[in-house]
This record gives sequence, C-alpha cells and structure tokens, in this order.
Amino acid sequence: MITTNPFSILSETVPAIATQSFVIVMAFLVVIGTLVDIIHKKNVKYFFENAKKAKQSAKKKLTTGEKTSVTIKTVASDILTTSELGAGKRRVAHLLGMYGTLLFWFSSVFMIFCYSSIDNVTPTIWPILWHVGAIMTCLGGFWFWLFLRVDVYSEAHPWYRIIKADLFVLSLLATATFGLIWSFLQSLNISGWDNLFLILFIISNIILFGGVYWSKFAHMFYKPGAALQKNLAEADGSRDSLPPPVDAPEQYGLGINRDKAKHY
Amino acid sequence: MPTFVYMTRCDGCGHCVDICPSDIMHIDETIRRAKNIEPNFCWECYSCVKACPNYAIDVRGYADFAPMSHSVRVRREEEKGTISWKIKFRNGTEKDFVCPITTKPWGKFVPKLAEGEKPNQEEINSQKLYLEPEGLNTKKELPTVPKDSFKKGVYY
Repeated sequence: MITTNPFSILSETVPAIATQSFVIVMAFLVVIGTLVDIIHKKNVKYFFENAKKAKQSAKKKLTTGEKTSVTIKTVASDILTTSELGAGKRRVAHLLGMYGTLLFWFSSVFMIFCYSSIDNVTPTIWPILWHVGAIMTCLGGFWFWLFLRVDVYSEAHPWYRIIKADLFVLSLLATATFGLIWSFLQSLNISGWDNLFLILFIISNIILFGGVYWSKFAHMFYKPGAALQKNLAEADGSRDSLPPPVDAPEQYGLGINRDKAKHY
Repeated sequence: MPTFVYMTRCDGCGHCVDICPSDIMHIDETIRRAKNIEPNFCWECYSCVKACPNYAIDVRGYADFAPMSHSVRVRREEEKGTISWKIKFRNGTEKDFVCPITTKPWGKFVPKLAEGEKPNQEEINSQKLYLEPEGLNTKKELPTVPKDSFKKGVYY
C-alpha cells in the first residue's frame, strides 16, 4: 500500500483530467477564500497600518543586511520550527501536523499531475511521502485535538465539544484519515468500500479547501507575516512599545518559573 | 481600561485563562485565541499581561500614573528574575523600569515576623520596606526620593 500511487489506480476509473481539474478548483477556492477573508477581517490593512506605526517609532533604520538577517531568522525559527509555541507538546504536535500536511499536499499534487496514469510508473518515493505525510498529519492533529486544545486544556471543556475553530483541524484530519483508509482499501482491492472512502476523501477536501473563509485555514499565510513584523519591530527598537530585554541584569529575585495551573 | 489581546501575537496557549483571578479571559470559539469576555469586570491586575509568553495582552495604564492613553507595556523574563515596564507618554517621553520578580513558591516563604527584631523609629521612618534591600537579593543601597521633591499639597 505504502509504495503504491493511489491516484494512478484511480485513473483507471476516473479520468486524470478530472482529478487534475479538482486540484485546480481546490487551489482556486483557497485563493478566493483567503481574499474574501482578508477583505472581511481587514487584517492585511491592520497589518500594514501597524507596520507603518512601528516604522515611525523605530529607534534605528535597518540596513538591507539587517533586514535579511531578521528575515532568515524568522524563517528558520518562527516559521520552520514554530518557535512561538515554546518548547513543549504543542510545538511537537504542530510541527508533526505542519510538515505532514505539506508532504501530503505536495506529493498529492506531484503524483496527480506527473504520474496520474497506470502506464507512467511512479517512483516509490512519492507514494511513501504521501502516506508518511498523511500519517504525520494524523499523529500531530489527533494529539492536538484530543489532548492539547486550549479550550479543553485550560477551559476544561469536554474533548468532544466542537467549535467553529475546529473546522480547519477536523477537516484536515478527515482528509488525511480518509485518504489513508481509501489507499488501504484500494490495496486490498475490496470492491465498493474503497469508493465509499474515496467519496469521503473528496468531501473532506471540499470542506477543507472550500471552507477557508469560515475556518482557520488562512492562519498559515498570516502567521509568517506577523512573525516577520514582530522580529523587525524588535530589531529596529520600536518593539511594539515593549520595554527592551534586560541586559545582563543583577539577579534580583528567585526567577522562579511559572507554576502550571492546578485548579482543574 | 480593561485588557485586550493583539490577535497577531496570541498563539492560544491559555496561560491568561489559567491565571485570570476574575475568570474573564477565555478562548474565542472562532479563532481559538484569547479574549476578554467581560471587560467591565476587569480590574486591571496585570496578571494576564505578565503571564503571556508572547506579550500579546495589553492594558491601558491606570489613570493616576498614565492618564489619557499612555502606553504601559510589560516584559517578564523569568530566567533573569526581572520584570520590565515601559511607559510611553503622549508628549513622547518614555520611561523604562526594571523590577525584580518577587513571587515566591506557594507556602515556601512565610516571614516569621514575631521572631524578628522590632524595628526602631529610624527604620519605621525609612523609605525602605521590610527586608529591603536584602530581600531583593542585593546589598546595594536603594535609591530614595527626597521629601522636598514631593508635589506641593501632598503632606507626610
């Protein structure tokens, strides 16, 4: 199963052009959803106004080299390793989900557009990446959704309480889970069942990519921009009006770490 | 003015929800980020502001020390044992303060006042507080404010 391209087998029943059109429509839905989201929330307008304000209160003008260095640091630390989540389970779960999803999506697109017919032999690496990506997404996503969600962890709501903010993570998990089950049943060659999970896979994809306006999908576009702005503000001294980090302080108090909440 | 959250900085960790003594910091159901659900009940204790690891929560300072929309921001650095404040006044003046974190582990530090020596009159009149300066882990002399610099009309 793990070395088989499920989309090349699918091409026996569904024409490759239909699958490829589906991917293009989904990408189009993401663009439209994000644009409508930007217009509705006015977050990009806020972002640029905030950046302008930060520039006005900057203590020094950053050179191109300094800006490049901040950008590289942001990419390496804030984007590629999601450092804002600190050291802990949330970060590990997020990284698993993030890299799993990227592997899953990129390998899907690559296999659908380059190896979508049974005659065109798929290199083993692509189906392996697709399956590993889906498994990583499930591991990170279910770990987050069942155990680490802040509304369960801090607010003490029951784990089965579903809110609007779950639309993104649940549709993503449904996509990865149904995709894996579909591929598994396809490899068993059980007539009917694989089609059922193929339909569920398609529906969850439509909800995931079609629901961008209502879900948290677009956070993956906004968060890197916000992280870059935050780091630029630290570097140019405006720091969003925050005080500067203490430089080589005299050790005042005990410096105790915050206690974990014990009231639940 | 009550607390508010910068959504671009909040990552929904829930520390403010855990610490808020008024139980008014909660998680938004649409974007899973923190929000103040009852601003009228916020008494501006700054607990959530200091607890936030991403400095995503802000609160306008009390009117007596930062009137008319002055900005008051806090940076807590546990590993250094410090908490820093920056006050920006509307005329452009900025003031930075660095203070020690004096929080002690719960139940580990109970001052045995009855066993200590009674303060003499000089100590009572001093501007130093109990256990200062040793209690701040410093043996340096602390700065004092000369009484003649006090505002007119304030009597001590």
